[in-house]
Amino acid sequence: MGFISGFKESLGGWIKRIFKKKRAKIGLYGPPNAGKTTLANRIVHDWDEDDSFGEVSPIPHETRRAMRKEGVVIDANGSSIELDIVDTPGMATKIDFKEFMAYGLSEMEAKKRAKEATEGVIEAIKWLDDLDGVLLVMDSTEDPYTQVNVTVIGNMEARKLPLLIVANKMDLPNASPARIKAAFPQHAMVPISALEGLNIDELYQAIATHFG
Amino acid sequence: MIFMREVQMDLISGEKLEKMTSMEKVRLILDKVKTGRIVVLESGLTPDEEVRLIEMTMTEIRVDEFSGIEIESYPSKKEGSFLDKLFGKALKGRMTVIGPANQIRTIEKDKYQIITKVSVGD
Repeated sequence: MGFISGFKESLGGWIKRIFKKKRAKIGLYGPPNAGKTTLANRIVHDWDEDDSFGEVSPIPHETRRAMRKEGVVIDANGSSIELDIVDTPGMATKIDFKEFMAYGLSEMEAKKRAKEATEGVIEAIKWLDDLDGVLLVMDSTEDPYTQVNVTVIGNMEARKLPLLIVANKMDLPNASPARIKAAFPQHAMVPISALEGLNIDELYQAIATHFG
Repeated sequence: MIFMREVQMDLISGEKLEKMTSMEKVRLILDKVKTGRIVVLESGLTPDEEVRLIEMTMTEIRVDEFSGIEIESYPSKKEGSFLDKLFGKALKGRMTVIGPANQIRTIEKDKYQIITKVSVGD
């Protein structure tokens, strides 16, 4: 019995290896409020017909726990890629609870959010060790030379892992994806609006090319 | 009468940094920054050391005491011999300025210059 079940398992594994789709575990990284969860929701909505990833909010650090969605299949450029998508909390070097109070949170709520946000940043950092690639989401209305962007890019380069820059919020009047391209010319960049779905097909093609 | 307050600035040489382990660098930086000093590293940190510094900073944030750091560096520069590149040792850290988040503010940053403003607390 041991021999037969062992044979079945190895045969099953062999068939799976031959016919399996290209698969990659991709992390969505970026500063708070860049639109990571909005993009994660968009991808899941477009390809998984499932519920959304998480809530979005104008208050920074709305996502304070990394969330993973397995087996999202994207078909683009005539090929198919299966993604495990990890939506990570916003990376930051400072977290001050008073910043949250400016958005109307009580002192107690703000302190709780700040504590959870610090834990979220640590979680996002830990995930870097367990990914096959990164979608670095930047707010294209903001200065791209932030330390978070520089640090994430530096880490991907040092680990020799694929990185695709997503210049989000291109629908806003003061958006400047060109400024992001000029800042990090060595990396591919796709301008999109995750909220409006603008240019999203181009992003899916780039994902299939980069991570497939 | 004009009262002048001072800010201590510690400029740490590349030679000193070279002799330190990653953990020693992170500890040195945080100990200095938490006492209100501005630290300038001649040769900066590696990308991995930068995330370790951010990670350690998060564990040390305390309400009304320490809200984190402001850190600014230039993007890593690829240098070195063919063998360095082959073994992934070619990414060199570059000059980096680090200070308490409530005291240092970046005014402008691009590929070639970092302009920061340091405010003096009460």
